[in-house]
Amino acid sequence: MWSFLHKLASPPHFYGISARMIPWFYAAGLLAVAYGSVAGLFYAPADEEMNDGFRIIYVHVPAAFISMSAYMVMAIGAGIGLIWRMKLAHAVAAGAAPLGAWFTFLALITGSIWGRPMWGTWWEWGDPRLTSELLLLFLYFGYMALRAAIDDTAKADKASAVLALVGAVNIPIIHFSVEWWTSLHQGSTLLKSGGPAMHPDMLYPLLAMILGFALLFAALLLARVRTEVLHRERRTRWVRDLIMPAGEAA
Amino acid sequence: MSGQDRQLPGLMEGFIAIVRRDLLLAWKRPGDVLNPLFFFAMVASLFPLAAAPSPEQLMLNGPGVVWVAALLATLLSLNSLFLSDFEDGSLDQIILSPQPLPLLGLGKAAAHWLLSGLPLVLVSPLIAVSYRMPADIVGVMMLTLALGTVSLSLLGAIGAALTVGLNRGNALLSLLIMPLAMPVLIFGARTVSLAATGDPYAAGIYFLAAYCMLALTLAPFATAAALKISNE
Repeated sequence: MWSFLHKLASPPHFYGISARMIPWFYAAGLLAVAYGSVAGLFYAPADEEMNDGFRIIYVHVPAAFISMSAYMVMAIGAGIGLIWRMKLAHAVAAGAAPLGAWFTFLALITGSIWGRPMWGTWWEWGDPRLTSELLLLFLYFGYMALRAAIDDTAKADKASAVLALVGAVNIPIIHFSVEWWTSLHQGSTLLKSGGPAMHPDMLYPLLAMILGFALLFAALLLARVRTEVLHRERRTRWVRDLIMPAGEAA
Repeated sequence: MSGQDRQLPGLMEGFIAIVRRDLLLAWKRPGDVLNPLFFFAMVASLFPLAAAPSPEQLMLNGPGVVWVAALLATLLSLNSLFLSDFEDGSLDQIILSPQPLPLLGLGKAAAHWLLSGLPLVLVSPLIAVSYRMPADIVGVMMLTLALGTVSLSLLGAIGAALTVGLNRGNALLSLLIMPLAMPVLIFGARTVSLAATGDPYAAGIYFLAAYCMLALTLAPFATAAALKISNE
């Protein structure tokens, strides 16, 4: 197990292994999303109060889930990179940030579209989850801006890692403090004691969508980390051999 | 052997030395202290001029405006926290000194609060009076500002340490710190609003105090790590 992890952490090995993993993640992810979309949009019964309007949750909830998981991936990668000085972990953190920002953006847009018919307004400052999602987007922006401002890669890695960890400590506090305002957002239907309060025909497509989004996120993340690794190792021998096989060189 | 015999200054002495040094530097250049303060007063007086609110609206929105102005003024002064030390090389000496770096970072943050947070707290009653806040609310506002600006100084020291030496530091620092400072802003402003409408507000004070303690415990270590990274 450990030797496998050690091998994975070496850039050439990661580059080779990830190339074989990505197609599987894409295939499984697309399969789950295809099932979730068809079952969720066409076969799931309409909601009593919200009618067909509720169907946007099949995009909104998975996007929000990934937006927060991506920050966790980023913070864990940053922590591992800072503590064990693993360069690949820094590359993972760097790759997760823009993806996380896009999923956060998607969650905000779909939430806003959903809010228009339900609350009668595009944006509601009193809603804690909408507001903390916006602050999450700002945290991603800060992280990416700091990374972009530092030219030296090793320094950018470490400085942004400190920021990611400080942000990770603050996220629960931000979320709680925004929650302190009176809430408009409906309570979570998935994470309730006594099981989800949802009809199985509605629930299974949603779970499939969350799984599908997670798999697609993993595939996109691996692709990003691959290009990141290639860029960082551009002066090494293995990258040169990869691009110009031995016969063609010289 | 003589090196071992020599007594190193104690922890407290190191901490006091760095605070005293920063206060002395500020005394020689009072503009650096006064500018953020003027900025605070001006932003706070822009709002009534721009929005032309009725007296009731002014009292309702006053706490929020004062808090936003305080946050902006603190961010403005944070940019120079490590800048002159970085430029004249004394930051290297601070990092190399035998005293633990988190303690010295805490000293820098403490000096920053004494020079920016505390004056802000002391000036705020003037603005509160012009916003027609009742006298008993002014005390609550000063308390929230005092607790909140300590947190902002500590949090901001992390950001200042991360961005020191970067050309584009100024806007970047605000971008990094603002989302992190949001809990302080929300609780600070909402606590004063609750007090103004006669609702129980103690929970907000407790939260600000708890946040302040958390920042006091953890932030110096992050500041120290950031200083080492940006100065290597």
